[in-house]
Amino acid sequence: MNPIAQVLYMASATLFVLGVRFLGSPASARSGNRLLAIGMLLALGTTLAFAPHYDHVVWVALVALLGSAIGVVSARRVRMTAMPQMVAFFNGLGGGAAALVAAGGWPGSSGAASWLALLTMVLGSVSFGGSIIAFLKLQEWIRVDLRMALGLRLLGLTVLAAVVAGAVYLATSGHGGIGAALGVMAAAAAGGALLTLPIGGADMPVVISLLNALTGLSAAATGFVLQNQLLIIAGTLVGASGTILTQQMSRAMHRSLMNVIWSGKAAQGEAGTAEGTVQPITHDDTAMLLRYAKKVVVVPGYGLAVARAQLEVKQVIDLLNGFGVEVLFGIHPVAGRMPGHMNVLLAEADVAYDQLWEMDRINPRFRDTDVVLVVGANDVTNPAARTQTGSPLFGMPILNVDEARHVVVLKRSMGRGFAGVDNPLYVDPKTRMLFGDAKHSLGALVRELESAQ
Amino acid sequence: MSLIAEIYIFVLAVLAGFQVIAKVPSILHTPLMSATNAIHGIILVGALVLAFSVHGTAALVIALAAVLFASINLVGGFVVTDRILAMFRSEREAGRSS
Repeated sequence: MNPIAQVLYMASATLFVLGVRFLGSPASARSGNRLLAIGMLLALGTTLAFAPHYDHVVWVALVALLGSAIGVVSARRVRMTAMPQMVAFFNGLGGGAAALVAAGGWPGSSGAASWLALLTMVLGSVSFGGSIIAFLKLQEWIRVDLRMALGLRLLGLTVLAAVVAGAVYLATSGHGGIGAALGVMAAAAAGGALLTLPIGGADMPVVISLLNALTGLSAAATGFVLQNQLLIIAGTLVGASGTILTQQMSRAMHRSLMNVIWSGKAAQGEAGTAEGTVQPITHDDTAMLLRYAKKVVVVPGYGLAVARAQLEVKQVIDLLNGFGVEVLFGIHPVAGRMPGHMNVLLAEADVAYDQLWEMDRINPRFRDTDVVLVVGANDVTNPAARTQTGSPLFGMPILNVDEARHVVVLKRSMGRGFAGVDNPLYVDPKTRMLFGDAKHSLGALVRELESAQ
Repeated sequence: MSLIAEIYIFVLAVLAGFQVIAKVPSILHTPLMSATNAIHGIILVGALVLAFSVHGTAALVIALAAVLFASINLVGGFVVTDRILAMFRSEREAGRSS
């Protein structure tokens, strides 16, 4: 490779690392993303300037323009609630592209190059198939009967085993053309799709992170194939990010990665039923409780996003701020369909990021909190995770809302959370239940607080 | 460059990656994921070189499909990350605008 190109690629890799570093704080994150984009432009410019051939330039330019246009339009139009499926979709395309690049250069290669190309094809295609299914499931275009889960998993495993056997055969026998490459990729994509099909919506934060890591690694593997260090570094960065997020999401759900992929739901323990009486509360009593509080913490869950009540929450906290009440949000890592999702949804509703506190930071403050408002969250507030050793949730890190003076839970009706555990919080003597649709209840609170002004 | 040198780079990149990414707070995990998503659009570099040099229709179609996928991934990833980050405002900034 040309030494000037090498130096420019190195500058681009440096910009990637710096850009990710800048993503570490909300104040600098936007410049971080711009640094990443500049690094990317530099890499593409270098590639164009130093490419050894320029055949098919017109076709390439047209297709790249088309892809960019599709990218811009979908990125501008997507709703923030649909961000997980958008990320899954882009992720799948990245994995698919890595597999195709490896496949295009594979025929005729031998030795380590052949093995690496086949590895990239498999990784990239599994990521492609899995991500497209994750996209379709999050978009709610497909549903899977859970009775089929075991069959789908076994079939997926069988297909992947066959893919590995086929790839090893192709690498050792040293022959095979484009057709064989396409066959390996199609089968690997089918395997990834089959394994992702039975995974439930609540587990999506883990799955999306894992697929993200997989696509990163397939890009890095392409770097080995093409002997391009920039691809290795960039792909590895993504792989590291996906791996860290996968670990953090699994830990936040208190599930092992294997458990998420293989069992599809939390271990079935004895469903603890809490003794006690549920005490309802009215809108105007809730409004008064909040109005005369000093410190309020709102705990939002995915139910808030499902009810599309983010704007109502924002109105409530603005009114409370007007009464001199300090309001913070306590956000559990898995409150949403992808890592950090709830923060984005609240930022979209114009909640300032200084008010969004993560679990470890907010937990010590519940002791001095007057009122906690739980909106659309269940398991992440369940004290059984701390106290009941037999509970399936036991050991899961939760928001300790039961340490506050009063708790008001907004809930449609008395149902059960996904782990099938009755939440002892609901029968705690200091808890009041505000029944009804979250958007409607919050709207009523807004009206009560406005009339109290 | 030898394979062993590339493995060196890979290992060092793993270490650097874990260092910088572990510092990103959970509030920014969605933009982190969509930005890293855009970074693996770097595969477009490989797709371009492949498309510029392939022979035969089948290989060209594969290369062009890779260019299409990678360019959607890359451009969409950066635009959507910028859109998300534009919404993150501090209390001070929010107060100034309203």
